Parts: sequence; structure tokens; C-alpha cells
Amino acid sequence: MKILVIAEHDNHTINAATENVITAGLSLGDGVDVLVAGHQCRAVAEKLSILKGVNQVLMADHQVYQHHLPENCAKLIAQQASEYDAVLGAANTFGKNLLPRVAALLDVEQVSDVIEIQSETIYKRPIYAGNIIQTVENKERIKVLTIRTTAFAGQQVEQDPVQILDLDTVIDNTQSRFVGLEQTQSTRPDLTAAKVVVSGGRGFQNSENFTLIEKLADALGAAIGATRAAVDAGFVANDYQIGQTGKIVAPELYIAIGISGAIQHLAGMKDSKYIVAINKDPDAPIFQIADVGIVGDLFEILPALEEALKKQNLIT
Amino acid sequence: MIILVPVKRVIDPYVRVRVKNDQIDKTNLNMTMNPFDEIAVEEAIRMKEKNPAVEIILVSVGDGDCQETLRHGLALGADRAIHVATENELLPLAIAKILQVMSEKNNVDLVLMGKQAIDGDHNQTGQMLAALLDWPQGTFASQVDLDKAEVRVTREVDGGLETLALKLPAVLTTDLRLNEPRYAALTHIMKAKNKPLESIPLEALGVEATDKQKILKVELPPVRQGGKMVSSVDELVECLAQAQVLPL
Repeated sequence: MKILVIAEHDNHTINAATENVITAGLSLGDGVDVLVAGHQCRAVAEKLSILKGVNQVLMADHQVYQHHLPENCAKLIAQQASEYDAVLGAANTFGKNLLPRVAALLDVEQVSDVIEIQSETIYKRPIYAGNIIQTVENKERIKVLTIRTTAFAGQQVEQDPVQILDLDTVIDNTQSRFVGLEQTQSTRPDLTAAKVVVSGGRGFQNSENFTLIEKLADALGAAIGATRAAVDAGFVANDYQIGQTGKIVAPELYIAIGISGAIQHLAGMKDSKYIVAINKDPDAPIFQIADVGIVGDLFEILPALEEALKKQNLIT
Repeated sequence: MIILVPVKRVIDPYVRVRVKNDQIDKTNLNMTMNPFDEIAVEEAIRMKEKNPAVEIILVSVGDGDCQETLRHGLALGADRAIHVATENELLPLAIAKILQVMSEKNNVDLVLMGKQAIDGDHNQTGQMLAALLDWPQGTFASQVDLDKAEVRVTREVDGGLETLALKLPAVLTTDLRLNEPRYAALTHIMKAKNKPLESIPLEALGVEATDKQKILKVELPPVRQGGKMVSSVDELVECLAQAQVLPL
């Protein structure tokens, strides 16, 4: 199969998700081509050209592609895609925005959020926020897939640089205009990409108490999450919400504090590698799925846990 | 200004879905409007409250029960509804093709829809519709400001907020933070019974669905082996150290 991977970048650096997508692509074929659309993005193309598994980099470097707007980028990708058997992107806000538009231009159905590739045509994907796993057979002429990056390894091995092919296709976009990007001002990692997530629920009782979570999170270099109940009660803003209608996370370590474990919350975090639950109710459903649980008052356990981790030099 | 709001009938997000005979067991489950679509309906109603010249058309594709979901949307404040009747479960591109016909037929200026349905979780239909119509798209919207010929949309992207200006007509898909949907007042529920709801068979639209994609199986994910309890913080720390999940 001939595979085309769509690179995600900010014209200077590659988003790590692209490397997970390359790994997924290599389970479909012997090598992948990577398309970089952007402006003054040669550095990105050069970095991609030395990643093992990459056969060729296609680069469309022009002002019209600077902000990666889907109106013209999708047309550019669809033009190139006719030479390929599969087009892959990450199932994050970048890929989710762009790839379905490409699929529609190619007149094929897409498969979203692929977590396992069994063969060229058969894949697994979560539905109902991961409560059900679906096996899909896809016989479309061109396979357009978005890849759940947490399910595929990142790619780090390097090779001698391969060819960078300049694409001179310039497709103008008069329909949409980039106004600005306000990056979340946080020293903490992004919730969906964090290795450690410390998450709080209604057990914190109010927003002032909820700030107690910050100390532990910062000591662990963790992102902070919350349940829908905590968000609805006004403890934290909506973008902290983990669950079926919020963000889906799968970190190495998930510490659930004062969280009972409602179905809709579990749907957003149960693929975490290691789950710790702290709750005063011994019957809370969260304990059934946690790797380790402790029953008690979070206002006593939280400081004691910080202290104990510090004493053993396990955190800073 | 005509706003089209596609809505999907889904299993209540607070209900646990089950698998029976390799299929999702939908018997006796509470059904509801897809939560993201509810946010789209709310946003359209707010636009209408600012500008009474706005007309809100709802559309839903599926079996006869979808009409109940459409009535709910009418009770919330939409003007009229179209039910595209089919017993088949259609994939996003087929739905997008139906919505393309609906948008063209009804001279739609703006499509407001949920970013994804909470059952299939595809997150594709809005983007596909925008491609088919060759309209700009503003996905995962957390703020929308409507001007005469332009719409400003703030998008929730990984790690931040991106703002775009789109020329109308356009397709917008809603994220959670856009608004908090209202409840339907009893008087509005009564009034909604008299609002126009038209049902069209899918065949009348000339849209063909692909048979290139098939669901081979649905299953529950592997069950997590949890349940270990400790009685002290020291034991907890020991577990964490053993599992080697701490960043240091």
C-alpha cells in the first residue's frame, strides 16, 4: 500500500502526534510519504526526512498554507491523495478538522479514531466514548483514517535524509481568514497529552478547596482534570472536564481524587495505564477499576501523599 | 437568514450501553437529542432572539422515532422540522450528502451542528458537509459572533483557542463550552405540536450510501483488573513506586 501521512506542525516544529501516525502507517505499508503544508516550513520537512520509515517528504511551502486552514489544505491533500491507497492523520483537533474534509472531496467514508490496525482493510475503533469497541471493514478506494495517537508508539529512530519534493500547487483560500491563536497560558502539560493527570470531583466541595490539587499536580508535572459534576458545580472551567462529553485521556498515571466514578467520567479515563483512587466512600465505583485505591478523607490524604512522595524523593 | 440545525437521536449519555448478539442492545433504553446538537439548537435560538428574521430549520435522519427528537427541538424554539425517513444507519458522508441537498433546497446561510454524535463518535459530518458545499468551516466552536457577511468563530484546539473569520454561508460545529442549553417550557412544548414537521423518504433525495464500509463486530472493551485496596498512604506510595509510573 502507498501511504500518505499528513504532518502536523507550527511551521517550525513537528507535533509529536505525527510520529505516532507514522507508526500506524508503517503497519499498513513498508514506508510512508509525509505531506507538509505550511509557510517557511522547510525545517519541519527536513526533520521529517530523517525519521525512519519515511520514504519521501512532500512539501507545499506557501503563504496560503501558513495557518493550515482546511478550506484550501483539504483540496491540496485530496489532489495528492489520488496517488495513494491511504491517507492518515492524527485523531486530534488538527486531524479531526482536516481529514473528513479530504475524505468528502475524495467521495469516501472515513474511519475515525483507529486504535488497532488488523489488516489493510480491518481496524478497531472506540465508539460510545470507548464503552464499546467496533471492528470495521473498510473497502473504500482510498482509506482515509484518523489515528488515536495513544494507541501507537511514537517514532524516534533516525535515518539518512530522504528526498524532499517541492509541490508548487498554490490553492488560494478566500473563504476563511486566520484571526488569532490564544495559547492556554499554563505551565502544566496539555490534558490530552500529559503523562500524569491529577483529577478532582465533587469531593472537593468548593472551588477554593479544588486548588489544593494544584500542589500535587505541579510536583508531579501533571495536568489537572475534573469530573462533569465538579465543572457543573463551578469548581473549575469546562475545559478541565474529562468524560464522555469532555476530553478523553489515557495517561501513564491517573490520580482520581474525590471522584465516585460515574459512567460518563469513566468513559473518559479508563484507558489510563495506572489508576489511583482516593475517596471516602468505600462503595464508590471508581475503586472497581482503579489499580490501587485508598478509602479516606481527601483533605487528610492529599497532604500526607505529597509528604510521603517527597520523603522518598519521588517528586520534586 | 436561514439556519439549518441537524439533530441526531442517540442513547442517553448517562445510560450504560450493552452488547447483545454482537449488536448494540437498544431495547428499552432512554433516548435523547445528541448533547452537542442541543448546544447547536441553543446557539441558533440565541441568534434568533437577537434577530427575529432568523428562521431555524431542524433536520433529522433516521426512523420514525426521530420525530420525537425534532418535536423537542421545536419546543426549544426552532421554527420547523424535516424528518428524512430511513431504517438504515447511515455513515457520515451519506448524512453529509443529505444535508447538502437540504442546505441547497432551503437556501441555508448557516449550518450549526454538533461536532460529533456521542454514539458513533465520528466527528466528520460537519467537515464533510462543508467540503461538499464548498463552504468554509468552523469546527469545535466555543464562541460564535455573527456579522452581516461574516462569522467570527473561536475554536477549541489542543492547548488553546483559535479564532477564524468565515465568509457566509458557512458550517459551524459546536463544542461543549459554546453555551448551556435551556429546558423547554411547558407552554412551548404544547405550542410545538402545531409547528410544521415534514417527513421525506430518503429515496426521494437521490442520495446513495456507500456499501464499502461494514461493521464486522462490536464488543465491550477488555475489563480492567482493578480493586486493590491499601489502608495507608505509605502503602499507596509503595504501589506507585513499584508500578514505575511516577515521572521521577
